[in-house]
Amino acid sequence: MNAGRLRTIVWKEFVQMRRDRAALGMMLGIPVVQLLLFGYAIRMDVRNLPAAVWDESRTAQSRELVQKLEATGNFRLKREAHSYREAIGLVDAGSVRAAFVIPPAFGRDLKRGRPTQVQVLVDASDPTASQSAVSAAMLVGQGENLEALERHAGAVAFAGRLPVDLRVRPLYNPALKSSIFIVPGIIGLILSVVNMIVTAMAVVRERERGTLEQLIVTPLTRAEIMIGKIAPYVLVAYTQMTAVLVLGHFVFHVPVQGSVLLIYAVSLVFIVANLGLGLFISTVVKNQAQSMQASYFLVMPMVLLSGFMFPREAMPHVAREIGLLFPLTYFLQVLRGILLKGVGLRELWPQALVLSLYAALSFTFSVRRFQKKLE
Amino acid sequence: MSGTSATAVAGGEPVVVAERLTKRFAATLAVSELSFAIRPGEIFGILGPNGSGKTTAIRMLCGLLVPTSGAARVAGVDVVADPDGVKRAIGYMSQMFGLYTDLTVDENLRFYAGVYGLEREWRARVERAMRDMLLEPVRGRLVGVLSGGFRQRVALGCALLHRPRVLFLDEPTAGVDPAARRTFWGIIRALAADGTAIVVTTHYMDEAERFDRLAFLSRGILKAVGTPAEVKTAFGAGFSLEDIFVQLQESER
Repeated sequence: MNAGRLRTIVWKEFVQMRRDRAALGMMLGIPVVQLLLFGYAIRMDVRNLPAAVWDESRTAQSRELVQKLEATGNFRLKREAHSYREAIGLVDAGSVRAAFVIPPAFGRDLKRGRPTQVQVLVDASDPTASQSAVSAAMLVGQGENLEALERHAGAVAFAGRLPVDLRVRPLYNPALKSSIFIVPGIIGLILSVVNMIVTAMAVVRERERGTLEQLIVTPLTRAEIMIGKIAPYVLVAYTQMTAVLVLGHFVFHVPVQGSVLLIYAVSLVFIVANLGLGLFISTVVKNQAQSMQASYFLVMPMVLLSGFMFPREAMPHVAREIGLLFPLTYFLQVLRGILLKGVGLRELWPQALVLSLYAALSFTFSVRRFQKKLE
Repeated sequence: MSGTSATAVAGGEPVVVAERLTKRFAATLAVSELSFAIRPGEIFGILGPNGSGKTTAIRMLCGLLVPTSGAARVAGVDVVADPDGVKRAIGYMSQMFGLYTDLTVDENLRFYAGVYGLEREWRARVERAMRDMLLEPVRGRLVGVLSGGFRQRVALGCALLHRPRVLFLDEPTAGVDPAARRTFWGIIRALAADGTAIVVTTHYMDEAERFDRLAFLSRGILKAVGTPAEVKTAFGAGFSLEDIFVQLQESER
């Protein structure tokens, strides 16, 4: 490995990158656009969820409850239902996403200090939206409880139960899991996609144009060619990741509970694993179009099965096992663990270990294949 | 017809020596017992139909393929023992022009200067190449927008930056207009006159006519080697190089 020669390739790669304005714009723009889109779309969706109410109680207490639910900003009261069947029908038809069912005894029970129930029907077919609807409704229920307790303080009523028993019944997706942490997901996805696709493309492009053939007649070693080509993209990936992290933190208030240093360290391993995948793709395809298709072939199941958006816990066994083949699956657990839960290597070492093994294996394997291809 | 005349046009110790060089790919014998020697300043053509083993022979001489048997020394370096040493000592230019079309002429030259490990002297060498290859007027242009003739000279400039003792040209003039071809061969002859050995493959027999020596390959076997005149005599009176080429091509069908 010669430092001067390595520097030369890296320099060339940067010059080419700078010259390809469209690709450069995409590399830097896509993460930001993706983040804003995902981030804002989900916020919009969760806010103003159209809701219906079937208020059988028709009391000051029930109207107050509805107002409080609306005041959370999560719900927008759109319809008034006149029967339980109608309420469910509205959710079924999709004209509302949530319905509140307040029983006739609600106001009376509350006044007399007896436990009472309110049902919230939630369209959980979109777990992201329903998740926050559910928690908003829960919060309102708890607030009511505290108020009621305050009002009836001393008067030991409620027979040891909370005054308002607000029950949520998620429709269509009873296993509703809370794992929508979109910013870590985007970081993971961007790092995978960029590294995999861009590496595959960069290598295949050189082969297609005959420049790779020229390079191997020079004193450049294969390791120098590969590391020189790949190093600039590691830098790009880090830049993208930093942009998404900063934006996610300041615009979307994603917490950074754990060590940022650890994030960057594990990311490097993850990046290498994906470079290995990209390099592997470059050895099995013939041209850039094919490498694009091959990348999509991998990206799609990765998005679906890694837990990027859809909770892996809800997946059938086989799908979950397939998901384990992607480094992204482990990386997301690490990222979410560090960012959201603030845990460290003590908890995340199994994932970190798998990622390291993955990186080592996929990289050496691909390098071997790549070298054979060159002969 | 094995006209193996070893008369060297130019002088000095051979700078390329192939001895019974053989390459076998699984069941096929790509190159069989190839032997020849090339001296400094010689323009040596390796000719033959597609699939005759030209490319395999050149790749072995460049240290890219390990021979199955036999030996070769290029610029004093053993191709089997030290393929990387061979790569440092030779220049190579292919028909595909391994240039980056999205880099300028200047950047391509700088890149190859770095690749060949030219340190302090790189700037002077790049300037020299600009002058020798008549590239001054296009130095800031992207290679992608240049004509075939210019590209060819940029590629040649890149291949010569480190002043190799042996230059390999793999179909260097394919797709280049006649005027540019003439300029190109002018530069190559000047280079040979300075002592660089040139190993060329080509499909243009009019070009081959003016090489110092030729080797005709067919199915991996050396059919004739010598000056164009010697080769022609070896095949029989009245044969032109083109006749030989066509005859070999047909015998391979």
